[in-house]
Amino acid sequence: MATEALGWWGVPLAIAAGTLRGSAPFLFVSLGECLTEKSGKINLGLEGTLLTGAMSAYAIAYLTGSPWLGVITAGVAGMMLGVIHGWLSQQPRVNDVAVGIAMIIFGSGIAFFLGKPFIQPSAPALPALQFGAWSNLPQVQSALQISPLFLIGVAIAPLMQWFFRSTRWGLYIRAVGDSPDAAKAMGISIFKVRMLCIVVGSFLAGIGGAYLSLYYPGSWNERISGGQGLMAVALVIFARWRPMQCLYASLLFGGTQAIGPALQSVGIDSYYYLFNASPYILTLLIMILTCSPKRTLNGAPGALGQ
Amino acid sequence: MINHHKWHSTLEAICIPLAALLFSLLLFGIFCALAGVDPFGVYASIYRSAFGSWRAFQNTLLRAAPLMLSSLCTALPARLGLIIIGNEGAIVVGGLGAVAAGLTLSTAPPTVVQIAMAIAAILCGGLWIGAVGALRHYRGVNETISSLLLNYIAIALLNHLVGGPMRDPSSLNKPSSYPIAAINMLGDIPGTRVHYGLIYGLVACVVAYLLIQRTTFGFAARVAGGNIRAARIAGLPVGKLTMMICFLAGSCAGLAGMVEVAAVHGRANESLNANYGYSGILVAFIARHNPLAATLVAILLGGILASGGSLQRSHDLPDATVLVFQGLVFLIVLFSESLYGKFFKESQVKRSSAVTV
Repeated sequence: MATEALGWWGVPLAIAAGTLRGSAPFLFVSLGECLTEKSGKINLGLEGTLLTGAMSAYAIAYLTGSPWLGVITAGVAGMMLGVIHGWLSQQPRVNDVAVGIAMIIFGSGIAFFLGKPFIQPSAPALPALQFGAWSNLPQVQSALQISPLFLIGVAIAPLMQWFFRSTRWGLYIRAVGDSPDAAKAMGISIFKVRMLCIVVGSFLAGIGGAYLSLYYPGSWNERISGGQGLMAVALVIFARWRPMQCLYASLLFGGTQAIGPALQSVGIDSYYYLFNASPYILTLLIMILTCSPKRTLNGAPGALGQ
Repeated sequence: MINHHKWHSTLEAICIPLAALLFSLLLFGIFCALAGVDPFGVYASIYRSAFGSWRAFQNTLLRAAPLMLSSLCTALPARLGLIIIGNEGAIVVGGLGAVAAGLTLSTAPPTVVQIAMAIAAILCGGLWIGAVGALRHYRGVNETISSLLLNYIAIALLNHLVGGPMRDPSSLNKPSSYPIAAINMLGDIPGTRVHYGLIYGLVACVVAYLLIQRTTFGFAARVAGGNIRAARIAGLPVGKLTMMICFLAGSCAGLAGMVEVAAVHGRANESLNANYGYSGILVAFIARHNPLAATLVAILLGGILASGGSLQRSHDLPDATVLVFQGLVFLIVLFSESLYGKFFKESQVKRSSAVTV
């Protein structure tokens, strides 16, 4: 490990580097989930979408040699899963959480089935921008390698915030999510709005998957997502359904995820697995602290999950 | 008139799931054909390796046992309107509890050790999911998400314990706990290769059915699941019900972990985390949260799981094929929920779905 030379200083640096590298999937998935939930639906199946996105991006990048084509394919593959979820979860008496669990099984099944031949070969990775050229420490240089995809995600967050607050379409989505009856009275098709939100949200989640397989960790295997898609739901609750706070929450989660490996690199590995579970523990703690049985959460769309 | 309704809904309850299964077989066949494999050949080898011979059927029953127990972890809370998907985590902590008990008491008589392992598994699994119920009641934490997060935490705990404090140094490639003495293992049912776990599963399902359908406790749970406000007004202890049902649910999954440890693997390692949890959720949904129906569905799904190996060998399909099939079945069964009450116009009884958030 490069951090050895820096000793203990390597730990915060490794965590910072991990934050910049590991938070992009969280960011894309949570922005996708935020859009979906704003329209009043929950999509637990983004875990399957993330896996399918990772697989299809890797496969296409390997077959065509173009990682960016892989990114687009991942988004489109995510959209296809989104169509299934959007249609099925809007049937009468069909619960969106249950559809989400089914989509996790189906999506990961498809990803593992089609992705089997791509575990061995290596696809071209996404290029990174070097922001660390000013430093002569190689650790700092490698920590400041940033993927353009991450920057795109960072740009989407304020855009989405503006979109919800200041555009007509943002208003439609908020109306559908808060009070479907009022939206119907305004002449908005609830089915279409929710379908669009779920499909676009799944597109974003698919891109998050592409980041996983093409940039960091940068290979395709069946354990690549490890629950990041599921955490999106909790992340959005934590972010109170605000896109900008999704960004901050994703950075926090990316950083938490890096604690285990960072400590391992300075020789503390007796609690390695427990530190790896820290994003889940953190999510659970946040939910315990912020939920209340008496009221719905601040900022939650009024018709969420109905 | 009332008899009519009953007859109609029974007919629907039998026909719709069957039609859903047939339709998913059809879609799966199309999927196989697209993948370049003869679907009829696939169906035939699923049947052959699941139910084709007594030997194959015993394999199916072996897999059905943990599925029955695991499905109760979703089916019981569903009566209260809770969707709990923490089965995998409860299986893992149940297995860990069983191993801990089995190793501590290794010198006691085998019956005592087995009872202690079962109790430890029941307590660990029960408290694990019971905590989900408590969080739901006292803090309003969504039970689906908290139980899901607990799955990952349980798996991390398993990896930590078998990789560190409980590790048997002789397990090199696959970190495992020390093994349970052979004499303390659950044996096979005489004359078969099926272990006693199957009996555990069948008994648990029957007891759960009786508890829900034939006792005041079950009645109270069903009332609270139907309309929580009405239940509160009627003075039912909703919080206590939630936690007790969750405890029972978790203890069933914990028992599944004990069966896996004490009848199959003999020690705790990553094999405990073998997706019986997620398949158990599927069993519960197909059985429409009815514990008796869950026994049959578990055998059916156990057969599909048992055929995974032969699909790989004789058709060169990846092992994820079974996962695709499960996903398809799950999606179609969920869709079929929207069909109930559509075919008989006169039975316009408002049905409240068992699953509401």
